[in-house]
Amino acid sequence: MNIVVCIKRVPATDSRIKVGADGTSIDDSQLEWIISPYDEFAVEAALQMKEAAGEGEVTVMTMGPAESTKELRTCLAMGCDKAVLLTDPDSGTRDAHTTAHALAKAIQGLSPDLVLCGKVAVDRDQGQVGSLLGGILDMPCITEIKALSITDGKATVERAGDSGTTETWTVSLPAVLTTTKGLNEPRYAGLKGIMAAKKKPIDEQEAQLGEAALTIKSLELPPPRREGRIIGEGPEAVTELVRLLREEAKIL
Amino acid sequence: MAGDILVVAEHQAGTVKRPSLEALTCAAGLAGSLGGSVVALLAGDGADQAASACGQHGAARVLTLDVDISDTTAWASAVAGVASHESPSLVLFSQSNRGKDLAPRVAALLGLPLASDCTNISADGGALVARRPVFAGKALVNVTATGTMLATLRPNAVSASVNPAAGETSAAEITAPTRGLGAVLAEIVAAASEKVELTEAPIVVSGGRGMKEAENFHLIEDLATALGGAVGASRAVVDAGWRPHAEQVGQTGKTVSPQLYIAVAISGAIQHLAGMRTSNYIVAINKDAEAPIFKVADYGIVGDAFEVVPRLIEAVKELKAHA
Repeated sequence: MNIVVCIKRVPATDSRIKVGADGTSIDDSQLEWIISPYDEFAVEAALQMKEAAGEGEVTVMTMGPAESTKELRTCLAMGCDKAVLLTDPDSGTRDAHTTAHALAKAIQGLSPDLVLCGKVAVDRDQGQVGSLLGGILDMPCITEIKALSITDGKATVERAGDSGTTETWTVSLPAVLTTTKGLNEPRYAGLKGIMAAKKKPIDEQEAQLGEAALTIKSLELPPPRREGRIIGEGPEAVTELVRLLREEAKIL
Repeated sequence: MAGDILVVAEHQAGTVKRPSLEALTCAAGLAGSLGGSVVALLAGDGADQAASACGQHGAARVLTLDVDISDTTAWASAVAGVASHESPSLVLFSQSNRGKDLAPRVAALLGLPLASDCTNISADGGALVARRPVFAGKALVNVTATGTMLATLRPNAVSASVNPAAGETSAAEITAPTRGLGAVLAEIVAAASEKVELTEAPIVVSGGRGMKEAENFHLIEDLATALGGAVGASRAVVDAGWRPHAEQVGQTGKTVSPQLYIAVAISGAIQHLAGMRTSNYIVAINKDAEAPIFKVADYGIVGDAFEVVPRLIEAVKELKAHA
């Protein structure tokens, strides 16, 4: 079982976002960085699949600035075997099309049985890379899986369908799967893992970027909301709330 | 042809879904400045019945496609085939559960860029400009493409309005080659009761850790039912296993912008606020007058959820009974 997991280095989810001097990117001088949370489920799933198969190799891949070695080392410490860093200092502003093509070029050389990604990176919120990889690599793709098992070269997965339904899909390998919360509980890297990760290889190569398809004209903060207003205390305030919802908001 | 907008519309047994009506409305407003017209593309059983509603909302032409839409890959290949033939300036989807899965597949097949989850699309000269939230709404980005692009429109970002295109709407059945890729839908298990899709719901009622235990969520459910809305939850509640992740609102859950968002016993962490701050009206019910949620609440009530919510359910039911 040869698995590639794609991750992304993103600002921590409790970050306050400020617009950078260029007006098109964020001011990243004060930010803490993490592995995008949905990608952690992909890493954990890959490790579990390899452990269940009793053989195989898990390659963790990212396109990002040189600092992304920190997030790749974390994945190696969790148990991934090797890492590929496609260096791109401006990866944070790339559109999904550009990112997916650069990843696909590097993935093709590894001939994986399975490609796993988080359903969305929580910075640009594009939610496209997994599906695009499926298209570019000509592999079936199932998005936002919350359960996964593999038998006889087929993956069986569950995902949320419309109106609260759960869909079960079977898909032949190789395939691309994107992961969501509920799939598993990502492990923490132990001391032994952290020590072992230091000796694992990180293959750094320049990302092969095509021409950008979407360009950013401007980045701005959302307009401020109306000032908050407390209309009363306790259950007695419900009458006033209902009146406001009817007469002012015209919702009820 | 250039200037046209192809809207991939969804319907439920012949009734066009509201997010698709919103996409048609958005397209109708834009087609004029692009010098083209709106073409709606419907697929699946009942597509014929959905055609007139598409016309009412701005489509000059409606195309119906016979394809098994349960296989998103096959659906995507058919849509890509129609898009290649029509060569519009924009292919527009809604950022619905299906739309967000379908659109990137079509983008990959066409080799064109996709701006997902847009709140507005405009024309600047000949170029399209899509406005979309990033960092779960903590910032907004305006992106532009030089040529044809694809976009998905966030539900509730545009209000659907009746805006018939000039002249008679013509409907035509078309065929496009489809190709699946070895993914087979084995089973669909229905929910205990049909649920309103969280991101598409006009009203969302969310509960937080202050609900104390999972069993108490019946109050949140009852209020949502009385209002005809969907149930949401804070991250703390989902992490505690009280509610499924599908209901989580916030940066590692869903971003919602309903007409009305009611936060019950939610303090309002920055990640939660990011996921709901674009709601049209926000109501907060919390014991702690200092909770950050009150800073964004149009109407805040300081009080015990277990006293306030039952009273509110009663008031809403009474109002609906007399409506």
